[in-house]
Amino acid sequence: MQEMTEIRWHGRGGQGAKTAALLLADVAFNTGKYVQGFPEYGPERMGAPITAFNRISDVRCTIHSNIYQPDYVVVVDETLIASVDVTKGLKPEGAIIINSAKEPEDLRASLSGFSGRICTIDANRIAEECIGRPIPNTPMLAAVVKVSQLLDDEAFLKDMEQSLAHKFASKPQVIEGNLKALKRSLSEVKG
Amino acid sequence: MKAAEIKETLTWKELTVAGEIAEGGTSVLTKTGEWRTMIPRFIPDKCKQCMLCVPCCPDMSIPVKDGKRLDFDYDHCKGCGICYKVCPFGAIEFEKEEK
Amino acid sequence: MAIRERMSGNEAVAYAMRQIDPDVMGAFPITPSTEIPQYFSQYVANGQVHTEFVAVESEHSAMSCCIGAQAAGGRAVTATSSAGLALMWEMLYVAASSRLPITLSCVNRALSGPININNDHSDSMGARDSGWIQLYAENNQEAYDNFCMAMRIGEHKDVRLPVMCCQDGFITSHAIENIELLEDEIVKNFVGKYEPENYLLKKENPLSVGPYDTVAYYMEHKKQQAEAMKNAKAVILEVAKDFEKISARKYSFFEEYKMDDAEVAMVIIGSSAGTAKAVVDSLREEGIKAGLIKIRVFRPFPASEIAKALAHVKAAAIMDKADSFSGCGGPLFAEVRSACYGLDSKPVLVNYIYGLGGRDVVTTDLKKAFNKLLEYAKKGAPEETYYHLGVRE
Repeated sequence: MQEMTEIRWHGRGGQGAKTAALLLADVAFNTGKYVQGFPEYGPERMGAPITAFNRISDVRCTIHSNIYQPDYVVVVDETLIASVDVTKGLKPEGAIIINSAKEPEDLRASLSGFSGRICTIDANRIAEECIGRPIPNTPMLAAVVKVSQLLDDEAFLKDMEQSLAHKFASKPQVIEGNLKALKRSLSEVKG
Repeated sequence: MKAAEIKETLTWKELTVAGEIAEGGTSVLTKTGEWRTMIPRFIPDKCKQCMLCVPCCPDMSIPVKDGKRLDFDYDHCKGCGICYKVCPFGAIEFEKEEK
Repeated sequence: MAIRERMSGNEAVAYAMRQIDPDVMGAFPITPSTEIPQYFSQYVANGQVHTEFVAVESEHSAMSCCIGAQAAGGRAVTATSSAGLALMWEMLYVAASSRLPITLSCVNRALSGPININNDHSDSMGARDSGWIQLYAENNQEAYDNFCMAMRIGEHKDVRLPVMCCQDGFITSHAIENIELLEDEIVKNFVGKYEPENYLLKKENPLSVGPYDTVAYYMEHKKQQAEAMKNAKAVILEVAKDFEKISARKYSFFEEYKMDDAEVAMVIIGSSAGTAKAVVDSLREEGIKAGLIKIRVFRPFPASEIAKALAHVKAAAIMDKADSFSGCGGPLFAEVRSACYGLDSKPVLVNYIYGLGGRDVVTTDLKKAFNKLLEYAKKGAPEETYYHLGVRE
């Protein structure tokens, strides 16, 4: 792994992109990394485009600015592609991970000339089928882990199992659904 | 340091921190009665003990005991005359004080 | 054993407050400091602290509540930002002049207007002359550490001043980062009990606090306050030394980063210092002797120490995340330039106003400022010394 991995999340207010970024920081932290997880703040409005960021490294990163040249971009809501320049500054050797039922190459035309790797994951369907609600957070998180190879799949699943067990101690059925969603996402991410 | 020990001649090193006074209720030590030029006089015969004057006094200079007002506390009465104005029974007179 | 954790700057401060278990918290919510009383009220509800949480109706009341509590003999804390701090203004001076060592967590946010919720230092810089000790943090770790040290500094008998612990709103207050926490018992023992000599509710020796000062007394009490602020310097260092023993982390008035042989330097406060360190590193790789001074203690201002640290530098950029609208520079610039007045050979000093209202402070902008310094180091001082960084021209 390179010295530092920088990730930019695009979502809409209320969809949980910020929560997903903080979750990723959590799992990376649990494997011994130095992490930063932070949203770009402003007056918050449900549905408005928002960004969140992650820096993950082996030594503490002292930089406290937003991320302009990310290694990975995660798009939690596919409709954002039309209105936000999601690949802006994305490193050509990096990748963009989009929550979409489409094939990766079908999206290239709408990504303003981005020539790098495009990955898709149908996170809404996975969430619907495994968790029972269209909350794309957990499957998106797994897709990022898979594509970036920030963490080993098994270690990631084990860690998530523990933190879900802690978070949903009184609702074991939620844990099971989430774990299933994570596993499916790890194997179903395309591109 | 007690209030009586705090004096204008003391240096910043000698004065208490932030002007703290090591006792409470120290305002009684300032005899504001010395400022008086006019003086209220209490006429017990005319007083109906209605108690209207007591809360009107800005300086708590009308002592009350066992439900009855007593004569003025002239150590602290500044002679403002409010009590004289509010008394409905003419039980307080207000005159120039001869010192 | 240090506890390896990850949490936001706000949670870190609330965590320190829980460990300290103060007697009273008087607080009113305002972005971005709201999470602090929010976390803390959970600790209260869970019975993890013995604190009396007073939900007041304004920040003026929050500070008044703290003043009353501290004067009564308790240990009082609060947290606020921006307009909240501004609404406390009157009472900030009362707290300081009554010599009540209240601890305030200031999560820095721009003052209106135009209305804005993001970070800069205009709130706490506006309160710089209120008589409070001011400590600034670069990240969540320093926010936590400063809060743990604050009471030992403020409550010291030679000081008796309130302490404002500042961190950058959102940038550190809402960012999850790694942190090393201390164990509860260690913090509790380090901070110790608050034992003022006399206080309002001491029944064997009651006290009158905050009497009216006539002309004959006011200036003597202000002189006492000035002396207390001077005394704070030694106490800050003493407390830092003790803190190092329990944490292995070193603190002083400021941090010197690669300053030993530096020819150009930046003097900066808060989270952007971290970003500037990365710029210093990259300049060093290019063979440029760049360095950085990160101010931790702004009140009392470590003037002679700063002058000494800058004496060998050819040019320095003084970075202000607040303007004072003097027309010739921000508050840090005024202090640093004044501190350097007595130097035999003075460095070229220029001022940059930067990062106002959350304007993102990026490495490329900071690098531009360093490049200008290299030019001034060669050609001498520019006529104009008051600039804005990262603004559209």
